[in-house]
Amino acid sequence: MAKKVAFLQGNEAAAQGALYAGCKFFAGYPITPSTEVAEVMSAELPKIGGKFIQMEDEIGAMAAILGASLTGTKVLTSTSGPGLSLKQELIGYGCIAEIPAVIFNVMRGGPSTGMPTGPSQSDVMCAKWGTHGDHPAICLVPASVQETYEEMVRAFNLAEKYRTPVMVMPDEIVAHMRERIVFPEPGELEVINRTAPTVPPEQYKPYDTSFGDVPPLAAYGSGYKYHVTGLNKMQDGFPTTKAEIVQAEEERQVRKVEANKADIMKWEEYLVDDADIVVVAYGSTSRSARFAVNEARKNGLKAGLFRLQTFWPFPEERLLEISKKVKAFITPEMNLGMCNGVVKGCIEGNAPVLGIFRVDGEPINPGQIVDKMKEVK
Amino acid sequence: MEKKLPTIEIIEKYCKGCHICVEFCPTKVLEMQGFVAAVKNLDACIKCMQCELRCPDFAIKVTP
Amino acid sequence: MAFDYDKYIRPGKLPHIWCPGCGHGIVMKGLIRAIDTVGLDTKNTAIVSGIGCASRLPGYMDCCTLHTAHGRAAAFATGVKMAKPEMDVILVGGDGDGTAIGGNHFIHACRRNINMTYIILNNKIYGMTGGQFSPATPTGAKASTTPYGNPDPAFDIAKLAIGAGATFVARGTSFHANQIDKLIAEAIQHKGFSVVEILDDCPTTYGRRNKFKSVIEMMNHLKDIAVPVKAAEKMSPEQLEGKILTGVLFKEERPEYTSEYAKLIERAKAAK
Ligand SMILES: Cc1ncc(C[n+]2csc(CCOP(=O)(O)OP(=O)(O)O)c2C)c(N)n1
Ligand code: SF4
Ligand code: SF4
Ligand code: SF4
Ligand SMILES: [Mg+2]
Repeated sequence: MAKKVAFLQGNEAAAQGALYAGCKFFAGYPITPSTEVAEVMSAELPKIGGKFIQMEDEIGAMAAILGASLTGTKVLTSTSGPGLSLKQELIGYGCIAEIPAVIFNVMRGGPSTGMPTGPSQSDVMCAKWGTHGDHPAICLVPASVQETYEEMVRAFNLAEKYRTPVMVMPDEIVAHMRERIVFPEPGELEVINRTAPTVPPEQYKPYDTSFGDVPPLAAYGSGYKYHVTGLNKMQDGFPTTKAEIVQAEEERQVRKVEANKADIMKWEEYLVDDADIVVVAYGSTSRSARFAVNEARKNGLKAGLFRLQTFWPFPEERLLEISKKVKAFITPEMNLGMCNGVVKGCIEGNAPVLGIFRVDGEPINPGQIVDKMKEVK
Repeated sequence: MEKKLPTIEIIEKYCKGCHICVEFCPTKVLEMQGFVAAVKNLDACIKCMQCELRCPDFAIKVTP
Repeated sequence: MAFDYDKYIRPGKLPHIWCPGCGHGIVMKGLIRAIDTVGLDTKNTAIVSGIGCASRLPGYMDCCTLHTAHGRAAAFATGVKMAKPEMDVILVGGDGDGTAIGGNHFIHACRRNINMTYIILNNKIYGMTGGQFSPATPTGAKASTTPYGNPDPAFDIAKLAIGAGATFVARGTSFHANQIDKLIAEAIQHKGFSVVEILDDCPTTYGRRNKFKSVIEMMNHLKDIAVPVKAAEKMSPEQLEGKILTGVLFKEERPEYTSEYAKLIERAKAAK
């Protein structure tokens, strides 16, 4: 049987991907350019017995999804820049209390209200450093409508598997463009559910590390009574200030992601093997970059594209390896050098990292990237 | 006939010495002994349960 | 018979962290008696709080307990209740938590009339952080950040709840310990968003600064200013000057949010 095909917008695909992954609860607050996700969820969730709630603000939305997740439900919120800023305290709460949740954030111009309808890629640092304290960070940066769908499914899987909030961050161009999408059949993409406890309720501890770095999470109302707090906690969930416990628990929370980077990170290398110049790009900018690489190759320049699909964790080791044999990296991005700085930070000065930074609400076009390649000696 | 006296259990580990039970006992059964409450005059107890009800620290149990 | 509070308290968690004489313990006992009266199944009861001394209450309760972030209890609880309406959800927190930083979530929970019970432990002060004024601190009162007396007017929390759409609003005090459980039990049984404001005392950070010599004085003050709603009906405005009304202040039947959402689901499925 032929697969179902549609012509969808990135935001619509995100909502559809969430539903495929088994999302049953959405809480949000309207904000351009992400509102379509809420609109689709408000229509689709009730049809399958799921719940949609429009909260009084983004903080409330973040709180509501964390509360709902504790009942054993897969949850989503969607927002954009200013809303992402508001959610930060509770993203940290999700990290320390280890509650699976997916945050879809469409990147628009910032800071503050910035350019509500203008594309941007300037929230990638906020995804890791927005909330205070040490914590794990997972951030996926899709570049097409199809990928937005598929990465949403993966985001839910990662949230459930590692018991932590996961962010999916397309830029406004990806979120609003319409493309052909081929829907996966049910069962075609892997769908992961959190591990429920097997021990009887009296023995259950919500952060029991005898089950590994990601302890099973019981659903509220399933017979397990336990405590959840945003304070540093012990394995039984109750607060502690004991130095060695706090240290161990903090390290474990971060290790959940750091030790599983290979499973979480995703990137695509296009003509990188023999490249002298490697463009490191993500989101819609990577589409211009691919075009530019093809143009450059036609003109005899050995260019390649390293396309990030996860921004966090960042593929530091692989870029370090590549840095040993290239003349330069180029980082085109719709911000003032966020990825640029991260690349510089991981390649030990092996090659120059040239930036193309745009924050004027216009996309980076292939010509700009080709021009930059010509600067490489 | 001798009246049956209640048992008043004061859990010293929980008592924070706030005086509430002492002050609100209508018949002055209780007193402070140092920082914790203690029974001074059990005979006077009218089993009104005020002390148990009011203690903020779950430190008094009255069994009439 | 002595009431068996232990049945509802997590083993090994007492003594609690509250100061000597702090009213929060008295309210917690009232909540436990109410849960017992109503016969709630603790496995299916979520107790959700924010941050503050009052918000430490859930940690002692042998239920599904969620100690969230400052001010966010109502929003977390809304998520729990929406996702699993068959659970009983009780919120507890302080005046600061609920009406300052959490004010927005509070009024919107009232507006939605979602079937949860919110117990506000109003000690008129930010106790946990050492006694700064809250939106419930009376004008003129002393707090660590009002050395010249509080310039702000205070919220009437119960009126705020009624105005925002809560369908059951009651007020008690930590002096009237015997009434607390009855108010909370009625609130739990009410179908809709119920608010129970308990005026209690913070001897440590409020009493001391405001010339109450002891917690006993604070409790007697609560006794003196409290007027049951019924009694107030027969009193003149002059007689009611400086008093606060206690008891069930407001009750109405209005469609409840999760029930209405269940109907919405039926409509959506039918239209599919
Ligand atoms: C976002 C945030 N801001 C400020 C604080 C500091 N803080 C902790 S408790 C509290 C006030 C609590 O007052 P209230 O809710 O009245 O509870 P009480 O301690 O009086 O019982 C404040 C301001 C915090 N924890 N989080
Ligand atoms: S039961 Fe009543 S009379 Fe007896 S000690 Fe307690 S308060 Fe006093
Ligand atoms: S009321 Fe309780 S805590 Fe206070 S003195 Fe009496 S027994 Fe101790
Ligand atoms: S500071 Fe005040 S509110 Fe906090 S525990 Fe002490 S008396 Fe209670
Ligand atoms: Mg307070």
